[in-house]
Amino acid sequence: MIRSHVLVCGGTGCTSSGSPAIREHLEKELKRQGLDEEIKVVQTGCFGLCALGPIMIVYPDGTFYSRVTEDDVTEIVSEHLLKGRPVERLIYNPKDEDMPHGVTSLSETPFYKAQKRIALRNCGVIDPEQIDEYIAVDGYLALGKVLTEMTPQQVIDLIKASGLRGRGGAGFPTGTKWQFAANNAADEKFVICNADEGDPGAFMDRSVLEGDPHAVLEAMVIAGYAIGGTHGYIYVRAEYPIAVKRLKIAIEQARAYGLLGKNIFGTNFSFDVDIRLGAGAFVCGEETALMTSIEGNRGEPRNKPPFPAVKGLFAKPTIINNVETLANVPQIIVQGPEWFSSMGTDCSKGTKVFALGGKINNTGLVEIPMGTTLRQILFEIGGGIPDGKAFKAAQTGGPSGGCIPAEHLDTPIDYENLKAIGSMMGSGGLIVMDEDNCMVDIARFFLEFTVDESCGKCTPCRIGTRRLLEMLNKIIEGNGTLEDLDKMEELCHYITNNALCGLGQTAPNPVLSTLRYFRDEYVAHVVEKRCPAGVCKKLLHYEIDPNKCTGCTLCARKCPVSCIAGKVKEPHVIDQSKCIKCGACMENCKFGAISKK
Amino acid sequence: MKSLQELAEIRDKMKGKVALREGHNDIRIVVGMATCGIAAGARPVLSTLVEEVEKQGLGSRAIVSQTGCIGICRLEPIVEVFEAGKEKVTYVKMTPEKAKQVVKEHIKGGTPVYEYTIGEK
Ligand SMILES: Cc1cc2nc3c(=O)[nH]c(=O)nc-3n(C[C@H](O)[C@H](O)[C@H](O)COP(=O)(O)O)c2cc1C
Ligand code: SF4
Ligand code: SF4
Ligand code: SF4
Ligand code: FES
Repeated sequence: MIRSHVLVCGGTGCTSSGSPAIREHLEKELKRQGLDEEIKVVQTGCFGLCALGPIMIVYPDGTFYSRVTEDDVTEIVSEHLLKGRPVERLIYNPKDEDMPHGVTSLSETPFYKAQKRIALRNCGVIDPEQIDEYIAVDGYLALGKVLTEMTPQQVIDLIKASGLRGRGGAGFPTGTKWQFAANNAADEKFVICNADEGDPGAFMDRSVLEGDPHAVLEAMVIAGYAIGGTHGYIYVRAEYPIAVKRLKIAIEQARAYGLLGKNIFGTNFSFDVDIRLGAGAFVCGEETALMTSIEGNRGEPRNKPPFPAVKGLFAKPTIINNVETLANVPQIIVQGPEWFSSMGTDCSKGTKVFALGGKINNTGLVEIPMGTTLRQILFEIGGGIPDGKAFKAAQTGGPSGGCIPAEHLDTPIDYENLKAIGSMMGSGGLIVMDEDNCMVDIARFFLEFTVDESCGKCTPCRIGTRRLLEMLNKIIEGNGTLEDLDKMEELCHYITNNALCGLGQTAPNPVLSTLRYFRDEYVAHVVEKRCPAGVCKKLLHYEIDPNKCTGCTLCARKCPVSCIAGKVKEPHVIDQSKCIKCGACMENCKFGAISKK
Repeated sequence: MKSLQELAEIRDKMKGKVALREGHNDIRIVVGMATCGIAAGARPVLSTLVEEVEKQGLGSRAIVSQTGCIGICRLEPIVEVFEAGKEKVTYVKMTPEKAKQVVKEHIKGGTPVYEYTIGEK
């Protein structure tokens, strides 16, 4: 008889910090101590606190262990699992929090308290490789209800009423999209799940697939029923091996239970799903390029219209939805559209998952109701900026989005508000920047990405983004002029208006938004030839203050290019023409004599 | 899967097994499992409690967990029952048989088995 479950995170983050070895060791140790009949080890998806991984939770008490190592396993088994004494030193304890010992209720920690988990509701709760566990938490109930009690139109109306909008970037109303495809009669229609997730820094779709793959499958069958679809494809990047593996297992299990395949739930509705692997090109996340890729061609976008709902995959009506969008669907059906639309703002209902990264204490995955402010996300849930540094900006929407400066920290996050302040919801990457980040450099970082990822099909994007990057580099190297700033802006608008697909149309956004909010930083680079954050190497130099220098010679010995000269006990001097600006001298000086200017 | 019925059967069978992870139950049955408790026979008491709670269908209301030394080693095995809004009940010198009776009369029936509690004798 099982009396306790030990959940070990099997998400990508914890897997790379060693959770598989821990799980193996744990199972061995339980056997050795004769506890394997009473304690069950469960592999789950991501808990969201990946930076503190590997994560382990012991139920029924709910003790939350972080940063567990293989060496801790024996102690956890003999102390906690056998004798009931939780290993205090491993219990997750957020800073300045007084937590009651032992029964560390996860939902009470600042990280989880403000969250509302719908898309992530089963991540870190069930074993994603066991369909029975998904069924235990009401899995496939929505599908059963839809197939046996509802007409396709009723399903579409329900999704429309919920207010669900696409989580893949553009925020298109999901029910409306389904309606378009349903209205077009055809012998075949397709449902595609977009799991390409190309935004650097975003990993929510991966976590959903790894932690709750059946929710996505269930939603795809529901969507198939709603539009009169015949087949589904999940387009997932090959760089997500754990997600792909769990999806494959989930598909096999669903087929074995008859939840995919012919005559589902004894009705005359049949639907099956297959996986297609993408090679990780950013542009293949764009829906028309994605379909071209599934068709076996090079992943290049095509013109819209015709829209996918009219002429999509293999020229048949197709809907394409993002992983997170789909993960919401079964819950909306089980709990009702009013439940869903009661969360969020006027035009943006429900929740959104963000991948918190950059200069933030709790890097990881968070799911918050729409309308939460950036301040709450960063300072309550995210635990603030490390090392007491000042917040400068946060980037949402990745390379297609823009930055949000401190003055907009209190803007409630939803699709329209983000657009109004020059950013966008995007897929949910949220990268935090502090005073040490140079915004010109940040704009360059994202633009370099889009230049690399541009497919080259159209000129505004292929050549325009490259010219834009050259102008940014010119500024970063101290050769820019004020005129360049105006030219850059003009080029940005030109690209936005003329590029063929979303990649090019949104590529200038990081430049435009940094120009809008941090023009002074650009001006400093151009006019004063100075990088205020001290990032752009060409614009900074290291200097030794002769009044502080004691002549200890340490810096001269540390300098990799031997460009510091001076006699013992006399002030040293840096030869600026040879200095490569590595910073080693400043790091090593014990007297604070060296500064960066 | 041919019907909703079939789905419901799997769900009901599995629900009790996953309920353990919900963590927030009304009743907590805690067994003292330090070295002294284990030596005095706490292990079979613990497994009987787990078994009985599930058998009586109490899985969604009560959880069984263990704790370290409760401090009265000569009275081990000790079982404590915590219920929201009620006073803690401490059972001493437990055996699997007594444990069965506690689950049936106290956890399910609502009346503590006073003759096994710490106050008596
Ligand atoms: C360059 C580019 C990359 C994109 N990458 C993704 C992606 O990785 N995942 C995704 O779901 N949508 C991505 N999209 C958006 C899709 O084109 C499409 O709008 C979305 O999958 C629709 O699903 P939704 O309505 O559920 O959001 C991308 C769009 C562009 C222009
Ligand atoms: S905008 Fe860029 S990515 Fe899109 S089609 Fe044109 S060249 Fe290709
Ligand atoms: S390490 Fe500092 S104090 Fe020593 S010689 Fe260099 S600058 Fe002067
Ligand atoms: S920054 Fe690096 S290269 Fe330049 S003087 Fe210091 S140690 Fe030498
Ligand atoms: S991968 Fe383990 S918490 Fe995210």
